[in-house]
Amino acid sequence: MEKFGYVAMLAFTILGSFWLEVLLKVGVLRRWKRAASSILPVAALFIGWDAYAIRAGHWFFDRNQILGIYGPFCIPIEEYLFFIIVPIAALMTIEAVVKVNPHWGRK
Amino acid sequence: MSYTALAITGVVLAVVTDFYIARTRLLLTKRFWTSYAIIIFFQLITNWWLTSRNIVMYSPDAILGPRIASAPLEDLLFGFTLVTLVLILWDHPEKD
Repeated sequence: MEKFGYVAMLAFTILGSFWLEVLLKVGVLRRWKRAASSILPVAALFIGWDAYAIRAGHWFFDRNQILGIYGPFCIPIEEYLFFIIVPIAALMTIEAVVKVNPHWGRK
Repeated sequence: MSYTALAITGVVLAVVTDFYIARTRLLLTKRFWTSYAIIIFFQLITNWWLTSRNIVMYSPDAILGPRIASAPLEDLLFGFTLVTLVLILWDHPEKD
């Protein structure tokens, strides 16, 4: 179970936010093209930052608490998922806030 | 560059993007700060999980030292940059 330590954090983030898509109908996943075009450029920037930080030794991971699957630049798969799941959760959050307070929305 | 320097650079990039590049002015809206308040609450929980269990560890040379919910202060700037840039692109007109 120990190797799911990081994955558990990702699962928690999904559990904490994706219900907004179903119950509040925030429509982030429904508008997946717009979501992808908002998330992917930023995710690419952060993958670059992550690659640099890992190589420079700014941060490192406990090999026993990650799945042990690595993507490009020797970055754990969990990090790639982090840069997609966390932004989706953020988009669902702001859309939910606007849903509850419609007058705060975009003009 | 240290994590501290990069984290500050990230925040500057997000603010400049919001006001001068995308001109979304999202940082002046209630919907942004209300959302960010919710997001940072969950970030503190997940930061605590990842750092108190040493799933992610930091070189003392790369950070200033102060920690919030067991994670380096810099992580909050990192999270702010990630979330703000994505919300700016989502808000930017000429989409769907």
